[in-house]
Amino acid sequence: MLSRLRIAAAAAAAAAVAAFAVTSTAAFAQKKYDTGATDTEIKIGNIMPYSGPASAYGVIGKTEEAYFKMINDQGGINGRKVSFVSYDDAYSPPKAVEQVRKLAESDEVLVVFNPLGTPSNTAIQKYLNAKKIPQLFVATGATKWNDPKAFPWTIGWQPSYQSEAQIYAKWLMKEKPDAKVAILYQNDDFGKDYLKGTKDGFGAKAASTIIMEESYEVSEPSIDGHIVKIKAANPDVFLIYATPKFAAQAIKKTGELGWKPLQIVTNVSISVGSVMQPAGFENAQGVLSAAYAKDGTDPQWVTDPGMKKWSAFVDKYMPGADKTDNSVVYGYGAAQTLAKVLEMCGDDLTRANVMKQAASLKDFTPDTLLPGVKINTSATDFAPISQLQMQRFKGQKWELFGETISGDVAAE
Amino acid sequence: MSTAEDIVTEAPAVEAVPKRAMTLGFGTSLVVLAVLILVPLFVKNFIIFQLTMLLIYALAVLALNILTGGSGQFSLGQSAFYAVGAYTSAILMEHVGMNYALTLPIAGIVCFGFGFLFGQPALRLSGVYLALATFALATAMPQLLKLGYFEHWTGGVQGLVVTKPDAPELLQAMASWFHKSISQDMWLYYFTLAVGIAIYIASVNLLRSRSGRAFMAIRDNEIAASAMGVDVALYKTLAFGVSAGITGVAGGLGAIAVQFVAPDGYTITLAIQLFLGMVVGGVGWLPGSIVGSAFIIFVPNIAESFSKGLSGAVFGVLLFLVIFLVPHGARQVAIVAQQLIGKLKKN
Repeated sequence: MLSRLRIAAAAAAAAAVAAFAVTSTAAFAQKKYDTGATDTEIKIGNIMPYSGPASAYGVIGKTEEAYFKMINDQGGINGRKVSFVSYDDAYSPPKAVEQVRKLAESDEVLVVFNPLGTPSNTAIQKYLNAKKIPQLFVATGATKWNDPKAFPWTIGWQPSYQSEAQIYAKWLMKEKPDAKVAILYQNDDFGKDYLKGTKDGFGAKAASTIIMEESYEVSEPSIDGHIVKIKAANPDVFLIYATPKFAAQAIKKTGELGWKPLQIVTNVSISVGSVMQPAGFENAQGVLSAAYAKDGTDPQWVTDPGMKKWSAFVDKYMPGADKTDNSVVYGYGAAQTLAKVLEMCGDDLTRANVMKQAASLKDFTPDTLLPGVKINTSATDFAPISQLQMQRFKGQKWELFGETISGDVAAE
Repeated sequence: MSTAEDIVTEAPAVEAVPKRAMTLGFGTSLVVLAVLILVPLFVKNFIIFQLTMLLIYALAVLALNILTGGSGQFSLGQSAFYAVGAYTSAILMEHVGMNYALTLPIAGIVCFGFGFLFGQPALRLSGVYLALATFALATAMPQLLKLGYFEHWTGGVQGLVVTKPDAPELLQAMASWFHKSISQDMWLYYFTLAVGIAIYIASVNLLRSRSGRAFMAIRDNEIAASAMGVDVALYKTLAFGVSAGITGVAGGLGAIAVQFVAPDGYTITLAIQLFLGMVVGGVGWLPGSIVGSAFIIFVPNIAESFSKGLSGAVFGVLLFLVIFLVPHGARQVAIVAQQLIGKLKKN
């Protein structure tokens, strides 16, 4: 397979040389390529945890691969086929460095797109920036990716965890000013980012409002004990900054204890199929969260043109895929954003131009984002999605309410 | 209780290895060395980086081999020593501003102390129980690194980014006479190779020395060893210390090569990989370490090229085949090859 691609690339190069000899130089001069792009092909690199503790996210990589297959079937981008090379990093930083170096030096890709995980991205950031290879639309919500001055070749995609947490804090201060808040968070970068965002959001009121901070480890089989401990402190607002499995446990246990605080769960764990259903719909009634993308299982989007396209894509290119898995929605949206950027690049497929175009998206709306949520970037704003809308769980689905709230957090 | 004890004493299934068989012949060693020196001159930087990682993991596997193959003690906690070494180097380089080469002996000494101390309580345990105790150490380490108390130094969950060293100016000047340049990767490879060879020679000599014989006596029969006057407690903890020290140096080199340390890089998976590398390379056969290291670096990549979704399963099948066909790992292959060559010579 690989050698066939190489032959194809070599043939393309030969064709390009021949074309150069025949056509006028003026026409040719408009086309500009860096490593990884030719007249017929654009090579995109990616790393994903297909194995290891975070392997559930591997679906994102598979969705993106399927998306570019669809793009190629439709004739490619500006006539060029997209070749999507994705490797397994097992969520291990040393492996991520090895695989990204393989992408850059052996496969010679144009950009590294949507690598997943904060540790893996931190490990490869310095290398990619030194080599001036775009680290496009990283799949992590850490705040540090929006730092165009220090890292001009790295750009985020989804809203940062901190900005989301600030939105919750602001909403609570407005709607429930005398709240007694307990926070359950995962003891890693993900949980701590939310904790910081919440504290920043409450500002001077943080010390008096937050009555309890309880952390758990990903390696714990059950977090029921933490919930009982939190209930004993008697807060009336319960913030659940947990990954899907633990969020489901937290909502379920709260229901079983007959305890009814106002619960807010992180956007990471809003999947109806993998969180709300296992937690029990009766326990999940009234749980709040915020969203930026549509839910694949939510009946209100059945007639939505964007989600219809998404659904048709899943049926045709990922038969058998689980539509309740939010990763399928996520991968589609991210891949569509990349396709848009490559389209905007036209015939100037240099790494510098890819970065320039990625930083000049104006009101772009992928099919899967909520109405009103738009992607905007600029030379000083490397946080593409920064809007969210509050939602409440009712019956068997999320109901959006209020307006989309913007929560841009500047890099430190 | 007595049945439990029986099981425990029977558990170490490590075969006695005569000490000559623990190393390669002089001629073969030279050939391997020549290959290791020449290959980087002809390949891409990325492959050089992979080879550097190969050497680093080989060192860590070698360390485990001294412990298990030499003194007969099990450890699933090597990732913890590796992490301590990596963090020691990273912290000294980034916070203290120390030269990278100087941080390695310090990482080694810190880990030696750590391993020696851990060896004290571990003395009371043997076989599977010792394996479990070290397993606990490996599971605890990533969380310890995240503790808020150390966060100022360790960078907490975010880890630490390390600056990669350039080749010394003198060498660069010499290379430029030949119109060549020495990349950071190439320099780091040869640096790692030099450290690796030094540790390999030291290990071989250690196992051939009085202490090495004491290790092996303990491995073969603890009671007989103590009857012969071997201080069992001292040598067992010493083996732990030496093994941890070498793992620490490997960890330090790993931090410099990867340019990043984070708790997620040193989970129990790493400890199991190292254990796997030792078994595949041949328990107690030091040159097998590099074969075992190659197995844990390259076989997952091969498995992935078969199927992305089933890479774990393919890896499992390949591992099973190796264990089934050559249960003694690379050592067995080497012995068979040696016999074949011997026959050819006779004909």
